[in-house]
Order: sequence, then C-alpha cells, then structure tokens
Amino acid sequence: MSIGGWILMVGSLSFVWGLVAWCYWRVLKAPDSTRQ
Amino acid sequence: MTGAKEQWGSRLGVILAVSGSAVGLGNFLRFPGVASANGGGAFLIPYFIALIFLGIPICWAEWAMGRYGGQKGFHSAPAILGVIGRGRIARYLGVTGVVIPLAISFYYTFIAAWCLGYFYAYVTGTIGIDGTMALSEQTAASTRFYNDFTGTAGNGLMFGAGGVPTIVFWVLTFGLNIYLILRGLSKGIEKFVSFAMPIMAVCALIVLIRVLTLGTPNPDLPDQNVMGGLAYMWNPDFQVLRNPQTWLAAAGQIFFSIGVGVGVIINFSSYLRRDDDVALSGLTAAATNEAFEVGLGGLITLTASFVFLGLTGTVAAVQTGTFGLGFQTLPVVFAQMGAIGPLVGAIWFFMLFLAAVTSSLSMYQPAVAFLQESLGLDRKRGTLYVVAICLVGSFMVIYYTEGAVFWSTIDFWVGTFLVLVMAMLEITCFSWIFGIDVGWDEIHRGAQIQIPAVFRFIMKYVSPVYLLVVLVMFGINNLGTSIEQIAQSPMAQLALGLIAATVLLLMACVYAGEKRWRAAGLDLDGKEMLPGWTPQVRAEENVS
Repeated sequence: MSIGGWILMVGSLSFVWGLVAWCYWRVLKAPDSTRQ
Repeated sequence: MTGAKEQWGSRLGVILAVSGSAVGLGNFLRFPGVASANGGGAFLIPYFIALIFLGIPICWAEWAMGRYGGQKGFHSAPAILGVIGRGRIARYLGVTGVVIPLAISFYYTFIAAWCLGYFYAYVTGTIGIDGTMALSEQTAASTRFYNDFTGTAGNGLMFGAGGVPTIVFWVLTFGLNIYLILRGLSKGIEKFVSFAMPIMAVCALIVLIRVLTLGTPNPDLPDQNVMGGLAYMWNPDFQVLRNPQTWLAAAGQIFFSIGVGVGVIINFSSYLRRDDDVALSGLTAAATNEAFEVGLGGLITLTASFVFLGLTGTVAAVQTGTFGLGFQTLPVVFAQMGAIGPLVGAIWFFMLFLAAVTSSLSMYQPAVAFLQESLGLDRKRGTLYVVAICLVGSFMVIYYTEGAVFWSTIDFWVGTFLVLVMAMLEITCFSWIFGIDVGWDEIHRGAQIQIPAVFRFIMKYVSPVYLLVVLVMFGINNLGTSIEQIAQSPMAQLALGLIAATVLLLMACVYAGEKRWRAAGLDLDGKEMLPGWTPQVRAEENVS
C-alpha cells in the first residue's frame, strides 16, 4: 500500500473511531434527563 | 390527542434508534464500492467535507426541529415543517418526509428478507456454493441462488412455488417489524436496537478480524493478499478530485448513509423532552454511522473480495453494484474460506439482517405517527392503516421483480431524489424561515456541547448552497436518462403511479389533519414561540 493510502486509511479510521469514542464518553458521563 | 404521550426510555436509546436507522446495507456494501470507484482513499476527502458541511449541520437542524415540533404537540414531518416553515406550503411539502420512509419500506423489507434467507441458507448449508468447484461454476451457482431467491428473472415468480421460501422470510421480517412498531417507541424500537446495535458491532468485528488475518491464502497468487486488498480500497487517486462527479458521489453517499432528509430523525426527536440535549446526541448518532461505514465497511468488504477474487474479480464485483457485491460476490468469497466460510457467511448475513431491520423499523414509525395525529387514531389503529398501505406497496414490489426495475425506480425517485429535496426543504425552513438565530438557540437548549460558532454560518449559507449545487448537478446528470427510462418501461410507470397515489393519500391526510389540529387549538402555523422561550440560551450552562 502506498504512503498516501496508509495516511488516508489511518487518518480516516482515527477520525471516525476517535469521534465516536469521544461522543459516547460525553454521553455516558452526562446525566440522562430522559430518565427524570 | 392520540392517547398517552410516548417517550423514549433513555437518551442512549434514542441515539441508538437514530444510529440504527442510519446504519444499513449501504454502510457495508454501497460505501466501499462508491469509494473504490471514486479515487479510493482520496474519496474520503470530499466525503468528510460533505459530512461536515452538509450531513452534520442538517442532522442538527432535524433534531432541533423535531424536538421543537414535539413540544407543540406534533410528531410528523408535515406538521412539524408546518410549524417551522410557518404555514401551509411547508406543511404540504413536508409530506415528503412521510412518503420517503414509507415508499422505501415497500422494498427495503423485501431486501431485509433476503438477508434473513441467506442467513438461513448458511445455517442449514443450503447455499449451494462449493468452494472446491471452479471459480466460474461457483459464480454461476451464486448467481443462480440470487436469481431464484429474489425473482429477478421475471415478474410473478415470487408467487409461484419457487418463491415460497422468499415469501416466508418476507412475512417473518414484515411481521417482526410490525410487532415491534405495535409495542411502541420505548418497548419496541428502543428495546430492539439496544440489543441489535451491539450485536451488529460484535458480528462486524468478528468478520473484520477474520478478513484481516487471511494473509495470503493462495501461495500461487501472492499478489492476492490482505495488504493488496487494503491498497485497492485506500490507495488514493487525487486526480479524481478535479472531477465534479466525485464530489457529487461523496455528497450522495453521505445523504444515503447518514439518514438526513428521510423524515426519520425529525420524527424520532419529536418524542424528546424540552430540555433534552440534541447537539451531542445528533453528533453521536452521526459518528456511530461513520464508525460502521468507514471503520468497518471500509475494511471488510473489498479486502475480502480482493484476497480471493483478485483485482479483476473485485473490479467486476464493484461494477455489479451494491446488491451484486453483497448477494452474489460475497457468497463466492465465503466459499473460498474453507470450513469456516459458512460460519462467516452466517454471521455476515445475520449482521446485515439486523442492520436492515433497525433501518426498516424506522421507516414505519413516521407514517404511523403521521396517521395517528392527522386522523386521530390510537397507535394500534395507526399501525393497521400503515400495514394496509404497505401490503399494497410490498405486494407490487414482490410481484414486479423482473430486473429489479420496479423497486429501483422507487429507490431512484424517492430514496435518492426526494431525499435531496426534503433536505433542501428542511435546511431552508430551519435557517431562513424559522431563522438561524432562533434555530441556533434551539439547538443549544439543554445542549451538552457547544457547537463552534462557524456552524451558524455554515447552516445558514454553506449547507443550502452546497445542497442546491448537489441537487442541480444530480438533476443534470440523471433526470433526463431516468425520464427516458420511465417512458420506455411500463413497470417504471407503475412504480411512479404507486408513489403518486401514496403522495395523494398522504396529502388528503394532511388536509384532514389541519381541520383536526385547528379544532384542537394547536399552533399548526408556528405563529407563537413555545411558552417560556427566551433567546440566547447559553449552552455553556449545560456543559459540565
């Protein structure tokens, strides 16, 4: 695989998995108002 | 007005329900094909740009509009857009947000039934593709199974003796959907997705691990290895970025995948409470979809195909389209995996089945909610009316299977063209009629993240213009050819007739609903802000 391929693959995967991890971390640490 | 007010059971539940609606066959089958055909890794550049400037902003707008409309007592796209768009024109155009999920459900549940049927065939060993045969014979066997199972060879085949298994799987799939819809938001949809989404993720990870550890299975073909497969998917061709078609394909994939402009998010978010967060929830649902699409779909499908079928076979597979790749090529790939192949195939199609059902469920719910509130029905009766409409639409889809022309026509006009139109309607109503100032405050009410201020500008100017360009380019590229095809194909004309009849029926329901809502004293034209509404709600107050 070319260097460009590696950069785009690792960059894209890091972006989507990093974003989803950050989002769920924020969701789970916040109080759930729907359960009031 | 229509019985007890429905609510989601938990915040995570609504996020998973919206994510489940978005994650479907397209994440695993359509995305890799579109990406590889449009510059590989380079495709991800316009793809993420479309995500940031189109997908996520419209997603936030839908979440905020839905929650606002819900507080006014409405749960369907026509009624909510009547409030946000302040009048009758937006309300009638909002019928689009019920037509889209309803018409897609006519064929989507049929496709979900294929996944269940393939899963069953793998579990019982009746798929009929022997990995020891010549590759051409395996391909022929796979195509034969697909044609027999889906009835693409001719109309009416599904209602003959050969179509019995498919009909049985369709009845099971449709019945499961209706059972869950009848149980309601929290006990039906939310409960199902709470199990289905984690199971889908685990199934996808199992298949991913198997694919990434395939190595070089055939020493005689050393080029056909995992690294070669990843390179085929990800090696960039930056030249394609000069081609407007690549940008159009990227925007199209975002729309197809993330679930904006379909009418589902606006319905689901209408059951939120006044101060429930929508900013972080909307972003989380979109991110979940991206994780399945790029993070799993981008690694599994074409890599597996390349390892066993090589460059030529994979290029040919991509050219067969989403369903050719998923239902004809991948079974041949699983046959090459030896003893573990049937197990991997079973896991794969079970995962696709769950992905399809979490999506199809979300297609029935907006129509049920709309009929409930426009005709004053309870949930049971609203569901029965939707079942009646769907039985007509679905039977036509299942009868007219030849060449998949009938449902492909619905997919093009409703599942692609109308989605763009609906998204345009939503962002225009939100940013320009409701007003971006009010809208921005509305998104940040109860928000647990502060959205960067630049998105206020993006939502008012960039997203509508970007979308308009996409819509115009899409029209120039496709509408002429599609209209010609309709003129030549009676089946396509019949499909358009079905769509038109559905639109007219739903518009009559809007007319009936208007009378009912006025009589109930509801603010159906959005003339007054919600009681206690104050401008400049500070998101920072909610951010811990």
